Amino acid sequence: MERPSWAPQGIDISVPSVSRMYDFYLGGSHNFEVDREAARKAMEFMPGLPKIMQANRAFMRRAVRHATASGINQFLDIGSGIPTFGNVHEVAQADDPEARIAYVDHDPVAVAHSQAVLEGNERAVVAAADLRKPAEILENPEVRALIDLDRPVALLLVAVLHFIEDTDDPYGAVAALHEALAPGSLLILTHASYEGIPLSQEEAGGTVGVYRTIRNPLIMRSREEISRFFTGFDLVEPGLVSMPDWRPESPGSQTQEDPFAFSGFAGVGRKA
Amino acid sequence: MSIPAQASGAPDAEPDGPEGRLRRFATIWSRAIFPSTATSMTRPEFEQHLLPMARELSTILHARPFDAASAQRVGAALVDAHCTDPDALSSTLGVVDSYLVLYCGGNGPVELSTEDSRARCARIQHAFAGGFTQALRERTLAEQEAIARSALTARSHAEEALHATEARFRAVFKDAAVGIGIADLDGNILEINDTLTRMFGGLENHVRSHKVNEWVHPEDSPHVWKYYNELVRGEREHYSVEKPYYRNDGTVLWTNLTVSLLRDSEGRPEYQLALMEDTTERRLLNLRLRYEATHDALTGLPNRTLFFERLEKALAHKEGMRFGLCYLDLDGFKAINDSLGHAAGDRLLVEVADRLQSCATAPGEMVARLGGDEFVALTTGPRTEQEVDELAGRILSALATPIRLDGRELTVRGSVGVVEGPSGERTAAEVLRSADITMYRAKAAGGNRFALADAEADARAITRHGLTTALPTALDRGEFFIEYQPLVHLGDGSVHGAEALVRWCHPQHGVLGPDRFIPLAEHTGLIVPLGRWVLEESVRQANFWQERHTDGGPLRINVNLSPTQLHHPRLVAETVDVLERSGLEPGALCLEVTESALIGADDDLLKPLRQLAEMGVDIALDDFGTGYSNLANLRRLPVSVLKLDRSFTQGMQHHPADPVDMKIVEGIVSLAHSLDLAVTVEGVETGAQAEQLKQLGCDTAQGWYYARPGAPDRIHALLLADAV
Repeated sequence: MERPSWAPQGIDISVPSVSRMYDFYLGGSHNFEVDREAARKAMEFMPGLPKIMQANRAFMRRAVRHATASGINQFLDIGSGIPTFGNVHEVAQADDPEARIAYVDHDPVAVAHSQAVLEGNERAVVAAADLRKPAEILENPEVRALIDLDRPVALLLVAVLHFIEDTDDPYGAVAALHEALAPGSLLILTHASYEGIPLSQEEAGGTVGVYRTIRNPLIMRSREEISRFFTGFDLVEPGLVSMPDWRPESPGSQTQEDPFAFSGFAGVGRKA
Repeated sequence: MSIPAQASGAPDAEPDGPEGRLRRFATIWSRAIFPSTATSMTRPEFEQHLLPMARELSTILHARPFDAASAQRVGAALVDAHCTDPDALSSTLGVVDSYLVLYCGGNGPVELSTEDSRARCARIQHAFAGGFTQALRERTLAEQEAIARSALTARSHAEEALHATEARFRAVFKDAAVGIGIADLDGNILEINDTLTRMFGGLENHVRSHKVNEWVHPEDSPHVWKYYNELVRGEREHYSVEKPYYRNDGTVLWTNLTVSLLRDSEGRPEYQLALMEDTTERRLLNLRLRYEATHDALTGLPNRTLFFERLEKALAHKEGMRFGLCYLDLDGFKAINDSLGHAAGDRLLVEVADRLQSCATAPGEMVARLGGDEFVALTTGPRTEQEVDELAGRILSALATPIRLDGRELTVRGSVGVVEGPSGERTAAEVLRSADITMYRAKAAGGNRFALADAEADARAITRHGLTTALPTALDRGEFFIEYQPLVHLGDGSVHGAEALVRWCHPQHGVLGPDRFIPLAEHTGLIVPLGRWVLEESVRQANFWQERHTDGGPLRINVNLSPTQLHHPRLVAETVDVLERSGLEPGALCLEVTESALIGADDDLLKPLRQLAEMGVDIALDDFGTGYSNLANLRRLPVSVLKLDRSFTQGMQHHPADPVDMKIVEGIVSLAHSLDLAVTVEGVETGAQAEQLKQLGCDTAQGWYYARPGAPDRIHALLLADAV
């Protein structure tokens, strides 16, 4: 029997959480020993993981600025995790104080923490929902109260789609969100891939194994597979590239980046 | 510690000025710690971010009085810039140790001694490390507390939601209108809701004291327990059945039961869930509706529907099985109903029903009321040949005792048609028709008897039946036509008129005379439109003759009126209408009414005839002498013609004529003439007859001697012949 939507999942902090592991990679202390243990184990295989997370944050910042520069002031960040610093609302509201941000995550601890962080910010909310059920996101009252789907929205799927297995139809979920977005909306996306990792696939595979054991499998996809998420969107320049190569702020700065920062792909697409 | 080569190439307009040197320090610091930061700033941004911190360190180095503690703030600021990695501290301390004095030592207003600057630099590092550590500790504690609090919040939210969910489930379970029960796979009942307890009679213990598989009921459908066993073995996910249970007071509870298998998270069968809806009332209602639909409300006997169901079952082929059917119609029931009223008639029927029921009590026997005063008794089995006769006998003798009703003793008799035969040969409709026909035969034979069906009698009656059903369409299809038989003046032998005689040209049976179908038309009521058609047609024909035969005397047309037509309220109006439309004068029309139709006629019945007679229409009393009519009554009747029945004239066909017949006819003629009535004789077949009747004073005659009934042009020919 499927769990009814009004019955929550239990909270078990003895199980590592990908959001808290992400926080740990970024030097935060919003994590428990189980999270750190799993993160350290993953780092045994890929010591550069923190650099990948950092590159994700940096890309997201540039992409949000690109969105505000294009006149978009609504943001839907799905898989937002534990907000540490440099969050979407900080970046976007620095550019446009009127910017509205809806965060969505299915980790109840991440949601509770986000609520605490966002308290007092009238233009930012967090909703508990799952990317696997896009309709629930689109119908969520908190999201709908803040985000006007008749106007362009920047949809952020940063470092989240690689946690959705094919059996859960990630392409269908993105298509459903695409369908709901107004023309001119942006899809801001990063995704893990074996491509670009400065390690052999066998070595990097150890990390994938760690995520599998914590029942949050990390799905590595090829560039071609990742580009399919942009169906219905026109990729803006420079297309689907390594994170540091997406519109670097100072030309050539990416040459100073850590080699791990080039793992996986990032891109921004615009709905026609 | 050596100076990195690139440090000398800082991008400043005045590389050797104090600001340029400060920037250089910031650049070196930024390079040293950027790899260990988690900031999302770019390198240039980060370097810009470090510049005010570098300036503060420079200021502290030169401050008077020297206050190393200020460096704590800078250490804390580094943590604020998300440089939380221990490497960030050690790298920073290395950079400060090696380059702060080198790049910033000469920037102050007062030149410091080397020793002094080294000492100050060391103390700055101590304070910086302390400030960094303090900030990192506070940040770590704050974040740990924040995440722990978030985890707690999330957990309490989840618990609240879970509690709400459980409360909802509990409410659903408790307040559901359907009975819900959960049992383990051994059948032990674990939980039941109040509705289920109430359904079972209100005692929870009564329900719980039995295992699920002990709730057996004799009316369980055969597959219930097969499904149950499949379900508890995990071979079936659910099943739905109609199932009865015993309540604690022994009454029966009927349910619509749905049982589902509940599995644990690993998919192993764990519990069985039963949902049941109380259908007892609905079932009773259905049974009652079924009873009402299949039983006669007055007598409580099975009705036509149920009888046909049983009969069809009895007629379905089964080796060696036979059926016997008695079809009973009470004799003269209509008279009882008419004279004593319907309420009395109904009570009579109830009494008859009771008596009949007592006649058919053996297994395989049933009595039903088909409607009105028609009842049937059915017997089935291998020996019905003998049994059905006995049954018919029992029925007649049950009716033999008079029935007491309102202080009177009523003798009720019946006619029974008996059909008996093997199963598997005839349909229910065929059997019932045969029984109906046979019953009429018994009735025709005088009633108060039973008759056995025989195929030949059936065939005759079936033709009658066929004619009856074909009658209504025959009129529409123009299958009727009229023949005319001349009426001849006995005095001069001239044609005086004609009698219209209707015929039916049946597509299968050929031309049929009125004796074959007029009684049927009377029975079905078709006689009214048929009679109207005959009247219109003959009047039209008579008018045609009048026009063609102007020089002859008035030519009359005789048309027969049946008893039903006599009772028809529009008789006068329609006759007037027909006459007016044709233009025929009323005196040319003679309506023939049988003597029997007027026996006991009251004024109401005679009134229309009187009206017609007053208009000038002649009324003839047909078949006179067959109906035991009260001769005294003749005065009262508005008739002007007596038509003597042919039975009186048969004795005159040959010479010498029967003297008794002669006397009778003479008497009748004399009586008629004294009442101013003309006399017409029918059935004149010989010249001798015609001569006798003429001498006896009869006025007109008809018969084969003159002409058989024929097409209208034959009359025309006769008229022309007369005229010659």
